[in-house]
Amino acid sequence: MKAIITITLKNGVLDPQGKAIEGALTGLGFEGVSNVRQGKEIELTLSETDEAAARAQAEEMCKKLLANPVMENYAIEIVT
Amino acid sequence: MKPCVIVFPASNCDRDVAVALEQATGAAPAMVWHGDTDLPDTDFIVLPGGFSYGDYLRCGAMASKSPIMRAVIDKANAGTPVLGICNGFQILCETGLLPGALLRNANLHFVCRSVTLKVENNQSIFTRGFEAGQFVDIPVAHHDGNYFADDETLDRLENEGRVALRYVDNPNGSARNIAGVLNDAGNVFGLMPHPERVISPLLGGIDGTAFFRGVVGAAA
Repeated sequence: MKAIITITLKNGVLDPQGKAIEGALTGLGFEGVSNVRQGKEIELTLSETDEAAARAQAEEMCKKLLANPVMENYAIEIVT
Repeated sequence: MKPCVIVFPASNCDRDVAVALEQATGAAPAMVWHGDTDLPDTDFIVLPGGFSYGDYLRCGAMASKSPIMRAVIDKANAGTPVLGICNGFQILCETGLLPGALLRNANLHFVCRSVTLKVENNQSIFTRGFEAGQFVDIPVAHHDGNYFADDETLDRLENEGRVALRYVDNPNGSARNIAGVLNDAGNVFGLMPHPERVISPLLGGIDGTAFFRGVVGAAA
């Protein structure tokens, strides 16, 4: 089964890349764009067949490596 | 003194810091590969600057999980001096040995120039060679040196004298102009500037030498 992990910066953490993207979008003529935040998505395949166990495994991965709780939040989606 | 330098894939200041360590200690440091699991007999560990693992995932994130880091964390917790410079500072934050994290520079620029720093705490083994309040000039060279921690952590660091160095003219957006942070016990120190690049008048200055000599002197 597949896990899709979305990692985003916490509220209040400055995202200069998001700001730059926002500036570029505005420059392209897109009006009313605000609060652009850049995150990342990590997709992985697990041999685990139990959804709850897969989620727990992905959760451990986030805590140990994939996300840094000082500045990031994460969300896990399990796709069966 | 038996210094050692941990070498990660894409460390690039490891040889510079080895020269600085040899100058300060009289002994060539052991160069320890990140994939090793055991440290040699050592009483001073340096995590050098560079772009370990190409800064994949987050700066320092992969390196902090290297096999050798388990031994480094054990030694740090046992009181051995550990100095993290630039990428080494990022790695120390990722291991949790130091609080906070280093984010992308607020201005999005890679900043590579000499900066003036104020020594806020000269009571640590790393900064004892300076006067309190002394201004020193040391180069920075980074894209991700924007120190971040929540306000509670920042207050604690300031109240406990653990902000050892501050930028006079903040080059990267760091919270409260923080350039270097000590751990609770004072034996682990991380800073974004590169003291190993100013250890001889030929290199443009000698303000960096005191960081290495301080640890040597404290051990004597």
